[in-house]
Parts: sequence; C-alpha cells; structure tokens
Amino acid sequence: MSSSAPPPRRRRRRRSLAAATVLTCAAGLLTACGGDSGKPVLTWYLNPDGVEVLDGIAERCSTDRYDIETELLPTGATDQRVQLARRLAAEDDTADLMNLDPVFVAEFANAGWLEEMPADTLTDDTLEGIAETVRWDDKVYAAPLWANTQVLWYRKSLAEQAGLDMSGPVTWEQVIDAASSVPDAKVGVQADRYEAYVVWINALIQGAGGDIISDVEAGKDASVDIDSDAGRAAATVIQQLAGSSAAQGDLSVSREGTSLPAMYSGPGEFMTNWTFVYQNYKGLVGGDITEEDFADLGWARYPATVEGEESKPPVGGIDIGVGAFSKHPDLALEAAQCITETESQVRLAVDAGLMPATQSAYESPELAEAYPADLLALFQESVDQGGPRPKSAYYATISSAIQSVWHSPESVDPDTTPKESAKFLSEVLEGKALL
Amino acid sequence: MTSTVATPATKGGRQAPETSDRAKAESRLAAKLVAPALVVMLVVTAFPILRALWLSFYNYSLTAPEDKEFVGLSNYLTALTDGLFWRDIGMTVIYMVVTVGVELVIGFIFAMVMHRVIFARGVIRTSILIPYGIITVVSGFAWQFAFTYQNGFVNGWLPFIDDQFNWFGDTVPAVIAIMVSEIWKTTPFMSLLLLAGLAQVSDDMIEAAKVDGATWWQRLWKVIIPNMRAAIMVAVLFRALDAYRIFDNIFVMTNGAVNTESISFLTYRQTIEQFQLGMGSALAVLLFLSVLLVAFIIVKLFRVDLAQARGEG
Repeated sequence: MSSSAPPPRRRRRRRSLAAATVLTCAAGLLTACGGDSGKPVLTWYLNPDGVEVLDGIAERCSTDRYDIETELLPTGATDQRVQLARRLAAEDDTADLMNLDPVFVAEFANAGWLEEMPADTLTDDTLEGIAETVRWDDKVYAAPLWANTQVLWYRKSLAEQAGLDMSGPVTWEQVIDAASSVPDAKVGVQADRYEAYVVWINALIQGAGGDIISDVEAGKDASVDIDSDAGRAAATVIQQLAGSSAAQGDLSVSREGTSLPAMYSGPGEFMTNWTFVYQNYKGLVGGDITEEDFADLGWARYPATVEGEESKPPVGGIDIGVGAFSKHPDLALEAAQCITETESQVRLAVDAGLMPATQSAYESPELAEAYPADLLALFQESVDQGGPRPKSAYYATISSAIQSVWHSPESVDPDTTPKESAKFLSEVLEGKALL
Repeated sequence: MTSTVATPATKGGRQAPETSDRAKAESRLAAKLVAPALVVMLVVTAFPILRALWLSFYNYSLTAPEDKEFVGLSNYLTALTDGLFWRDIGMTVIYMVVTVGVELVIGFIFAMVMHRVIFARGVIRTSILIPYGIITVVSGFAWQFAFTYQNGFVNGWLPFIDDQFNWFGDTVPAVIAIMVSEIWKTTPFMSLLLLAGLAQVSDDMIEAAKVDGATWWQRLWKVIIPNMRAAIMVAVLFRALDAYRIFDNIFVMTNGAVNTESISFLTYRQTIEQFQLGMGSALAVLLFLSVLLVAFIIVKLFRVDLAQARGEG
C-alpha cells in the first residue's frame, strides 16, 4: 500500500505542472497576438521564389505603426491558387498581402477578393506587359513586384553553323529549320501537360495576331477565338517542331528545367525560356561549362509565329495584392507600395534573378553591373511588348481545357486541334462538359 | 443518470406484468440520451449533405459568385452524358473489385495465421497490423518512391522488368502501383475483421467435422467459411465502400494523370481545383448514390441480414 501511494501524488504534481505550463504558453500567445501595445501585424503570403530577399523587404517595410510577417505558400502555382482562394472565400482577415501569379488577378478581382489599388500604382515607369496583368474592369487590383518574360536563348556557334542570321527577328519556322539542319541540335520548349505549355500556345497565337478568347469580361460568355488563322498558325508551329529532328526526346514531358542541359551537350540548342536562364548558366562556369562556353550563349527576342508580324513574348512574374477582408487595408496598401518600390525590385533582380517591373529599376547601376546591357534591354523590351495570358475569371478552367486538347504536342494538327479545342472550351465554359 | 435508470427497474421488479411501462420509460430515457448526439449528427452531416444537394442544382463558381444561376438537373445531365464520368466510374469499379478481391484472399490467410499461431502471438499479430497504422498518404509516397525508376527498388527486384521502366508513364502499370499501395495498407483491416469471424466459429463443430473424417480443405469450405459468412460480408462491405471512394493514393502517386483518376478524384478536381461548386456537388451526390448502390448490391449478393452480421443472430 505504502509503496503504491506516492505515484498518484507525483502524477498529480506533474499534471498541475503541465497545466501551469499550458497557461503560461497561452498567456504568452495572447501577448504575442496582441502585439507590443497593439501594433498591427500584416501577414504577407509569399510564393517560394526569392524568399530571403522578400524577407529582407518585409523587414525594411515594417514601420513603427505596423509589422510585416511572411508566410510561405506551397511550391506549385495550382496549390498556391487553391490555398489563397480558400482563405479569401472564407473571408480570412489575416490575408493582408499576397504574392499573386498574374493569371490569378482577374479571377480573384472578379470574385471581390482584392482591394482596389490607388490610381498611382501604375505609372509610365511600369512596363506595359506586366501592367496589363493587374488591370481588371478598368481598375487596378494589384501592384507589379517583378516581371518575368521569355526570350530565345541559343548557342552562337550553332546559329552560325546553321547559317541563321540572328541580327534581326527570327520566326519559329526558321529556328526549327536551322536546328534540324544540324545533327543533334535541338529546339527547347515547355510542352508537358501544365501551365507553361499554355504559355507557349498563348504566345504563338498572340504572335499571329489572335487570342485564345476575347471579350474576357463577359466571363463564361466570352468569345472563344482559338479556332482561327492564328490558332492554326500556332498549331502549325507545334506540329512542325514535334515532327522534326529538332524536337527533344522528352518533348511531351518537357519543362523549364528539363530543356536546360541540351544547351551544352553536342552542338547545343535554341530554347525559349524565362529570364533565370542567364544566372543559371553563369553559375555553371568553372564547373560544368567553361568561360568560353558561356561566352557562346546568345539571346534574341522571342521568335515570331508568322513572318513580318512582331512576336508577343510571354509575361509572368508576381503581383502584390491586398486582401479585401484585411483588418488593416490602409496599412496593407501602404505596405504594398513600399514592397514594390524601385529599391526592392533592384534587390530581387540582383540577389534572386527576378527581373524588375519598372523602367527605373532596369536603369539602376547595380543591375547594369550584374547583367550585360543588351540582355537588360532585351528583357525590358520583351516585358514591355509582351502579351499576357487571357485575363478571365475562368482562367484556370480555360488553361486546363486547352491543355487537355493540345497535349501531347505530337498529336497537334492545325486542321483539327484548334477546332476541337474551341468546341471543348465552349462546352466546358457553358458547363456542358466535364474537365 | 444511474438513479433514473434504477427507479423504473425496481418498479418493474415489483409489478411484474407492467413491463411495458418499464420499456416505455427506458425507451424515453434512451431517446433523451441519444438526442444530443442526434442533433450534433444532423448539424455536421445532414446539413452539408442537404447543402450539397441544393448546390448541385446551380451553376456556381467560387470565383464568380455573381454568375450563380439555377440550372435544375443540368449538372446531372452533363455528368451522366459525359464520357469522362463513365470512364472514371469504370476505373473506380476496377480499383474496388481488384483490391477487395486480393485483400480478401490475403486477409483471410493473415487471419488464419493470427488465429492459429502458437508462438510469438503478440509480435506476429502486431507486425501484420502495422501497415494499417500508417497514414494512406504516407503509404502512397513510400510506394511511389519504391516504384520510380530513378531511386526505387521495385524494378531491381522484379527480374522480368527493365530497370528503366516507368511505372507512372502508362495507365496499366500506374494502376498496378496504386493498387499495390492500397492493398498493402488495408489488408490488415480486412484480416482483423475476418479474425473476429474466425473466433466465432465454434471449435466443437470443427472437432465434430474432424471426427467425421473431413479433410482440412472440407473443414474450411463446409464448416469454417459458411459459419463466418456474416463476418466476411461485413469485411467486404466495409472495404468495398472504402475502396470505391479511393482518393489519397491516386492523388499522391499520379495526381490523376494517365487516366488513373477515380470518381472521387473527379469530384475533388471540379470542386477544389476548378472551384465549380455546382458541378462538384452534383458529382458528390452521384458518388453518394453509387456508394449506396454498391452497398445494396453487396448486401443482396451475400443474402445476409445486417442484424445477424452485428452478432445479434
């Protein structure tokens, strides 16, 4: 009896200790929530690109009136969209600031989830391609933070060998023919069944003067224009590449990363890809490639779909949105302004390779040190004259519908694919077909 | 609480013929005791079910709330006339039939082992049950790594498979990989239910059959299995309904690519990814109805009434 008596008491003591700990923690949490003397905390949801730089910006933009805390979103764009949308649909008042992929803006703004931005968010300084992504219904719903674009990367020696003059604009047909004329030379693109394949298709169609859909503000009743000469011109390019010796072996699952290694194996490649490519290959110098190899890397404007018509390079990047249900919308708008100012954009470009959305940031001396002048000019021109993907409240549906018909690239046929995808897209938008 | 129960009991004891009063009081008490749980049940299950039914009559996108419009049965018509819906239903039935069939056989063998084992009983029973303690998503990831040709071991272990074989590149191999994960994870559950059935079979009957000269095989088919029909039916019913709603393994291993998606996955995609709450709800209602149908078929097929299965017979 005496030996069994102590344990319960000991247990009780331990239990009260635990309870005390819980209480202390809860009290600690409460004070943390309340902040020092009620200083508001703004939560900024980040996509995982350049997080360290963004953390630094959050710290710099915190003032004595509010603090900015960062939260990380999932890696995939689809998952980011789902998480943000679910928070906003539930009127989450902690969603103060959000990093938005440009294609989310129309969808979110249309749902009434984004606070309208002040008129001076966009100025003449903002590059037009990215400025276009934040406009919806004649208002501005987000502030461009950084702007991405695609250019044509290639090996100078390959272009020379194939006899392709890169001094002026080139067309997709010329690029594919040039690569086919050199054994083992490739044309790198993104054609897996995912968003970047739609980026390619959209750029091809816009390059031929068309659009996937128009009258986007009509929502579900938008006019589906993919079954057009422009749609057929785009399908012709994809068909030509898929049927040529220049197609990558893994064309139907090729992504941004998978098309990189072909640049420095054999004769090299022509590749359409985002701005990160420069820093990527620069980082390989001394390891996988030599200084000479790197000097052989060339860049040119995104290829034209049809001869004589200017190409419409793809535009990506990140826009900052302010949640409509934020407890402190005024402070969040102020923070968004600080986050997107020139200094932040320069830091992102120099430290993380994420290119600016304004002309003044492009003109900063720090950037001129980190990148060759002609490349900076090309990026800037490319964003300025680029074409956005359809701005629609139904963008995710449109993108999936296009992917489902246009994939795989080997099956694309100008006579049938645009027509079929127009029919399917209309049916899906009307709710008459399952996606 | 106990005093309320005790009062009618003593009263009933004194006045023997008036047992109906006691029964009435008891059932009244039972109703009172059950009521809170019933209310909670209604709030957390009936409300969402009715709301899903209501939403299924609308064309409603979460991102375009103003375009919400009543469309009647149009969502159901669209789904039922769409090839994709039937393809996914077919795929789901294949998942269900194959996994439950394999699990029944392996599960029965495991149940026999657990029932008969004389040494290290605890260790053997525990090790058979371990996979069931693992979360399905984790099982999905583990098997996905096992099957990938870059770093998995499956290709290396199977002599007739090329080392570079991509299990997730085509429908049939991808479905096999998903099924392996599903079977590995849920067979222990099946064997646990069957073990309960095995324990119910009286040793006297088996002894009697032995005395009558029945072989081991005859005892299995003529004595053991007929006497645990109720347990088998419960096991099959539970697992079939579970398997019909397969989602986690597909989500983790292929994300629905190469035509591996099930009807649950289609519902998820419409609702969560596409934000089509109307169509998603219609699909969820159809999923619910088809689950009922599967349950009905299994109950009819085994001709076992559920009261008996609960051990009341």
